[in-house]
Amino acid sequence: MIQPAVQLRDIVKRFGSFVAVHPTSLEIPEGAFVTLLGPSGCGKTTTLRMIAGLLDPSEGEIAIKGRRVNEVPIHKRNLGLVFQNYALFPHRTVAENVAFGLRYRGVAREDIRRRVAEALALVQLPDLGHRYPRELSGGQQQRVALARAIVIEPDVLLLDEPLSALDANLREDMRVELKRIQHRLGITTVFVTHDQGEALAMSDRIVVMSAGRVEQAGPPEEVYNTPATEFVARFLGASNILGARVAAAGDGEVVLDADHFGRITLPPERARGVGPGARAKLVIRAEKLGLSPPGAPPGDGISIDGRIETVDYQGQVARYFVRVGDTQLQAINMIDEHPFSEGDAVAIRLRPRDCAALAGDAT
Amino acid sequence: MATVETREARQPWILLAPALTAVALLLLVPLAFIAVYSFWLRTATGADIAGFHTDNWAEALSDPFYRDILLGTLRIAAITTLVCALAGYPAAYFIARSKANRAILLLLLMLPFWVSYIIRTMSWINILGVSGAFNSALLAMGVIGQPIQMLYNEATVILGLVHFLLPFMVLNVYVSLEGIDETLEQAANSLGATRWQAFREVTLPLSLPGLAAGGLLCFVLAAGTYITPLVLGGPTDAMFANLVFEAIITQLDWPLGSALSLMLLAILGALVALYNHFVGMSQIARGFG
Repeated sequence: MIQPAVQLRDIVKRFGSFVAVHPTSLEIPEGAFVTLLGPSGCGKTTTLRMIAGLLDPSEGEIAIKGRRVNEVPIHKRNLGLVFQNYALFPHRTVAENVAFGLRYRGVAREDIRRRVAEALALVQLPDLGHRYPRELSGGQQQRVALARAIVIEPDVLLLDEPLSALDANLREDMRVELKRIQHRLGITTVFVTHDQGEALAMSDRIVVMSAGRVEQAGPPEEVYNTPATEFVARFLGASNILGARVAAAGDGEVVLDADHFGRITLPPERARGVGPGARAKLVIRAEKLGLSPPGAPPGDGISIDGRIETVDYQGQVARYFVRVGDTQLQAINMIDEHPFSEGDAVAIRLRPRDCAALAGDAT
Repeated sequence: MATVETREARQPWILLAPALTAVALLLLVPLAFIAVYSFWLRTATGADIAGFHTDNWAEALSDPFYRDILLGTLRIAAITTLVCALAGYPAAYFIARSKANRAILLLLLMLPFWVSYIIRTMSWINILGVSGAFNSALLAMGVIGQPIQMLYNEATVILGLVHFLLPFMVLNVYVSLEGIDETLEQAANSLGATRWQAFREVTLPLSLPGLAAGGLLCFVLAAGTYITPLVLGGPTDAMFANLVFEAIITQLDWPLGSALSLMLLAILGALVALYNHFVGMSQIARGFG
């Protein structure tokens, strides 16, 4: 059996009477890039800080490489930590910042110089060692913080919202960069973010958290396409959630009678926990609803009529709010020449295999 | 018609005008008088002789009596500053790191300022005097048979000065510690530094400007004090400001007193200039912010 790099067993964190993290267990495989994703206050940063040793869990056990670390102070855990605000030492040069951890590991002076140069080259800042952090841009500071964390060859790299202080364009560049470096080093990484785009783009595995509990954990495609809970469906991407009745379940398929769209047949892996005769929630991603002018050939899906109420133009795509009876649906479509206008009648098309169903009634 | 630029350039001066006027009239003009006075000559009888005479300066600079007291004053100021730094830093660190009680702790720090500095200094007589609290307690416990004279020596002068100046030190160090991002120490810890090592390598160097600002204030205020040695010092514990007081008030020798006070001003001014060169005045302004 392969030992996980980080293992959390029923950890709980309480602050007074407030429970920040309910009993949570998690295994992070060696070399994986795992993202803790959730809105602020969901317990993701608290969980990261417990792994780091900045907080002690109220209950439960944390193991790194099979060794229980609950009682191990942070400076002996051999972790690389990158903070949202970079936390570079302002009175030290870039090279001294990066060398900081190596000095505490008794590395010889020539080796320190070599490894600092290598780390700075890896983050593409080879010539800035003599500068002070305040002389660097935000993106450069973030790279230095990353270099400082990885140069010590930590067992686990912990990233606490490292990109959220950067501008939008730089953020997208940095996430490609970060993934490249992580891949190159093969370092086990725990990444905390509230940004679903970052989570989907970078992770091998996403752990969606809400109110101190894990809602779902799995590869990005799985979490995105088959959300386990309504929270996950709403938090990742834009989703439409419709009420449905389960007409039949079993024998390799689940048949639903959904509001507006009528009969929809799903494979069982897209309708987990949905039993016959019960109510269900049909989850349809906004980009899976295709809008076309009324009267166009229906293709292989279901087609219903609607009317555009609001257009949210975003350049290459547009987000439409479409009225269907008593319901407003969201649809995100690529724009082909011209977007639809408010008041346009449209045909809304859906392929049943693009849906997922959850147990319970839609609210 | 003034352009926008000239109006904008004028605005700071308009806002500064009242303060600048006050400083000019109440500080610079009297200082100029003192400077002029220091070159006059005192006569045993009658009025002082105006003119440009360097006799007072020659006496102030050459008489070993003044030199010894000046050195003693600087030594007492230095010891006071050191004690304030050693006692004040941990207190400031504690306040900066306490979350819930910070407001109360800062209020406690300001509390002494509500009582006059002279009263606070005199209070030591009730504590350490022959019939003070400390002696009474020792007598009652039978530790001593006769009250001990604890007051009126250099140690009590330093004690009084520390009592007076400690809040200035704590406040300045607190402000600089408070401005240091807490994640810096955490980052140092994660890289392998113990709490003490992280403090020594990160927090301490980053708080040095605050320590320097507090140190400068303590030193300058201690070196210029005359009330503390007057109340808590013995006959041989006079500090330099006492000499100025003596010359001007008791001996009515304004020319010599002026020269002496300018001498002290020059030394402390040089110190402030040095500080300004290496640290910058804005740090002290932050301490009062």
